[in-house]
Amino acid sequence: MSDSSEISPVRQVSWVRVAESLAWRELARFFRQRNRVIGAIGTPLFMWLLFGFGLERSFEVATSENTKTSFLEYYFPGSLVLILMFTAIYTTISVIEDRQAGFLQGVLIAPVSRHAMVAGKVLGGSVIAMLQGTLFLGAGLFLDVSWSLSQFSTLVGVLFLASMMMTCIGFSFAWKMESTQGFHAIMNLVLMPMWLLSGAFFPVPVSGSGQISQEVLHWMMKVNPLTHVVSLVRNLLYGVRLSEEAFWEPSQSISILVIVVATALFYGLAIKVCKRPIASDLK
Amino acid sequence: MSDQLAINFENLSYHYGDRQALKQVGFEVYRGQLFSLLGPNGSGKTTLFRLLSTLITPQEGSLRVFGNDVSSAADLVRHDLGVVFQTPGLDGKLTAFENLAVQAVMYGLSKNQTQVRIAEVSEQLGVADRLQNKVDELSGGLRRRVELAKSLLHCPRLLIMDEPTTGLDPSARSDLWNYIRRLQQSTGMTVFLTTHLLEEADQADRIAILNEGELVALNKPEILRSELGGDVITIESQRPEALLKLLSSEADLDARLIDGQIRITGQSDAFLVSDLHRKYKSNIQQISVGKPSLEDVFITRTGHRFWGAS
Repeated sequence: MSDSSEISPVRQVSWVRVAESLAWRELARFFRQRNRVIGAIGTPLFMWLLFGFGLERSFEVATSENTKTSFLEYYFPGSLVLILMFTAIYTTISVIEDRQAGFLQGVLIAPVSRHAMVAGKVLGGSVIAMLQGTLFLGAGLFLDVSWSLSQFSTLVGVLFLASMMMTCIGFSFAWKMESTQGFHAIMNLVLMPMWLLSGAFFPVPVSGSGQISQEVLHWMMKVNPLTHVVSLVRNLLYGVRLSEEAFWEPSQSISILVIVVATALFYGLAIKVCKRPIASDLK
Repeated sequence: MSDQLAINFENLSYHYGDRQALKQVGFEVYRGQLFSLLGPNGSGKTTLFRLLSTLITPQEGSLRVFGNDVSSAADLVRHDLGVVFQTPGLDGKLTAFENLAVQAVMYGLSKNQTQVRIAEVSEQLGVADRLQNKVDELSGGLRRRVELAKSLLHCPRLLIMDEPTTGLDPSARSDLWNYIRRLQQSTGMTVFLTTHLLEEADQADRIAILNEGELVALNKPEILRSELGGDVITIESQRPEALLKLLSSEADLDARLIDGQIRITGQSDAFLVSDLHRKYKSNIQQISVGKPSLEDVFITRTGHRFWGAS
């Protein structure tokens, strides 16, 4: 049995335990606020059903196997990514709430590295988003998907990495924001266009069609890391590629590479951003 | 001598843009003392507290805690500090126990130590039976106690608190003070707190008074008061300027006009009040006499009243 006299003045603080503890806190907070759970999964689910059934008769995409894929099927990976995005936004809002509530001050003055703090926040947010995404995968049981264990586990892995990427982006913006309203506005300006240009709603046009608008769209979508997430999820789910003559699609290995590199870069950005002092802390 | 110091502020300056919050502030806090930093709102107390808490780093001058510099050895300083901010730092969605457990991990306590210390501090602070309650469900006084428990979990050598009694009712305020005093006496822990309440500062072993970012007084409260000597006479008048002239020329008294009140310090003549009242009756609305308070110390050093300063 140890007592207070055995606590040495300077202790080794394990960043893994700190990250784990802060991540656990994110999970506990999120799932104790049911409106957030419902908001993050309900809106994309509703949009998927509405657009999926609504546009089913007017929108079909040709695949490389000369078959057509329905819009409900086509839009499913995009909806999945939208859930990850909404959850990433909801979880990173906690950075602003923590600052306003005073909890963040306590973390900043603890003998804890910023690296551990970012790892905890990002890990917590990513696990929540991944769990929400995995839950939504259940809706895929109603689609024409032949499930296997390896396919499912790879999908969950991709969902986790994509969640991490978006949580890092959310964190980097949230760190500097003083109000949750401002954060929502910025997220709508950054993440929503990223999602709309990810192939979630319409496929990436091929390059060289001669039309400037299509060319611009092609490049904007091609450099968007979310395009690679949507494409990879679609390939893993259906195992069928879109028609190469009409649409551009990256290979699975390129997509994995882009997702890993983008996640690492955005993680680095989150760490860099949180090392700078914030205007509201200096008033 | 330096091994008796808990905190050493040396020529500390800090500015927010053009606004100078601290100007060359320098003083020392000895180990084992209950030290109070007194100042009106806007005097620089919170800036000094943020520097001490390591939330911000000094722009000029140096600040050492148990010999460790807050800029170059922040982590060593952080292990020694227990911090209670004015804004509560608890997570309302977690239980009191969960809040304490997260804190314990951040200060490197093992799982076993965490259990033991949570039991110890929650017992000492009378929150042991509320550990499973969500913080949002606790009253302001109980939250403050959990907050204090959180800051004491890792057995810090120095406890710093920013206006800890703000928002508490008189009985919770008195409970907190009694606890802080007992803790300091039983453990020998150094306690540094800021306050804008004169009666609170009076309970400390030593105090520093800040005004507009400058240190205006530093000593034991009783010494600061005794330095003024004698009694303080306060006069309220409808025509204070005219009365002041009369007092200076006719009565040869060192009277000062402070925020509309005439104050005469260092008097020990027992009959002076009745003499003045009889002589200047038509000019005096109210006259009172009392022992010098910390407000008198503040007025003497700054030339204005404590509450008028903010």
